[in-house]
Amino acid sequence: MNTEYLIAVDQFCACHDIEVSFIHSLQQNGLIEITTVENTGFIDAEQLRQLEKYIRFYYELDINLEGIETIVHLLQRVNAQHQEITALRNRLLLYEDDQER
Amino acid sequence: MNFVDYYKILGIDKSATAKDIKNAYRKLARKHHPDLNPNDKDAQKNFQQINEANEVLSDPEKRKKYDEYGENWQHAEEFEKQKQYNQQSSGSRRTSRSGTQYGGDFSEFFESMFGGTPGGSRSRQMKYRGEDYTSELHLELIDAYTTHQQTISVNGQKIRITVPAGIENGQIIKISGHGGSGVNGGPNGDLYITFSIANHSIFKRLGNNLYATIDLDLYTAVLGGEIILDTLNGKVKLKVKPETQNGSKVKLKGKGFPVYKKEGLFGDLFITFSIQIPTNLTDQQKELFTQLAKS
Repeated sequence: MNTEYLIAVDQFCACHDIEVSFIHSLQQNGLIEITTVENTGFIDAEQLRQLEKYIRFYYELDINLEGIETIVHLLQRVNAQHQEITALRNRLLLYEDDQER
Repeated sequence: MNFVDYYKILGIDKSATAKDIKNAYRKLARKHHPDLNPNDKDAQKNFQQINEANEVLSDPEKRKKYDEYGENWQHAEEFEKQKQYNQQSSGSRRTSRSGTQYGGDFSEFFESMFGGTPGGSRSRQMKYRGEDYTSELHLELIDAYTTHQQTISVNGQKIRITVPAGIENGQIIKISGHGGSGVNGGPNGDLYITFSIANHSIFKRLGNNLYATIDLDLYTAVLGGEIILDTLNGKVKLKVKPETQNGSKVKLKGKGFPVYKKEGLFGDLFITFSIQIPTNLTDQQKELFTQLAKS
């Protein structure tokens, strides 16, 4: 059984000095998941990295939630394309080696 | 050490208001922020400059010092002494969020003028995750065939990592907590290692499968027989069917590359036969081929 590390939403918000409503807005937009245990909201530690990125987008770069959603979608596409390029480069090596023979 | 023109970096002039600075910073940060430009070292460098410029110009005290002594930064210390002498106010403290942990390495110029680390004027002790580090590890194909331990050096620190068998060229693995140190008790960043796998073997790799072209003499190709093949896992005996055609392929199941993080699972090895026509034939051999041709 995997151990889940959960961080209370309230505690996280206090630590980062952000509004709890921001976390709930992210959840409503499907950008993060909140686990509720005995009426308290928790964030899985696995999501921290992503969540801190959203905080930077919102508070430092002044990007609204719609913008964050769009960026996340585009970054996923960039990442997928990057992986595809790597796979294609590896495949290309097969044919480049053939030409050298 | 060169003078750094923070106004130029943010594309503003010296009369810029706090709002102008904020707008210029945000506009440039949206373009160069490392979160928006993953794996782009140029963007990271640009962002560090932008962040540094913002750190100075958005803080009235630092901006004043910069404006007054910027190009003559050597005199900054005298300014500090004078300031201490005349210290009357506790200085304004910002409560707004500015800068980011990606600020990381500030220029020598910044440290010379303002000392310490960025964000020193913040009233809150924000906990920041450390910077993520990236590194490249070069391996030979044969090295990637078996799980092994390897020591790498990142930012002066030696780290022992396990390289799992079957890792692919270009694959990135994350080593948690081995990035830069966290700020104010924040967690360390992560280390991302990109594997660059060179291949100087006779095998070509595509995913978990290996491909090789081997020479086969004409007589074995025509009459059939057995050959000994070198694989990455030792030698194997391979039966060659009679009348094997040039360019024909055989598959050796499970003799390919190990499947990443799936112990005991292997891809296949595909052998293509390149049939070699004998050269320097004797008269007798030529005669025999002539007879064959006529038969």
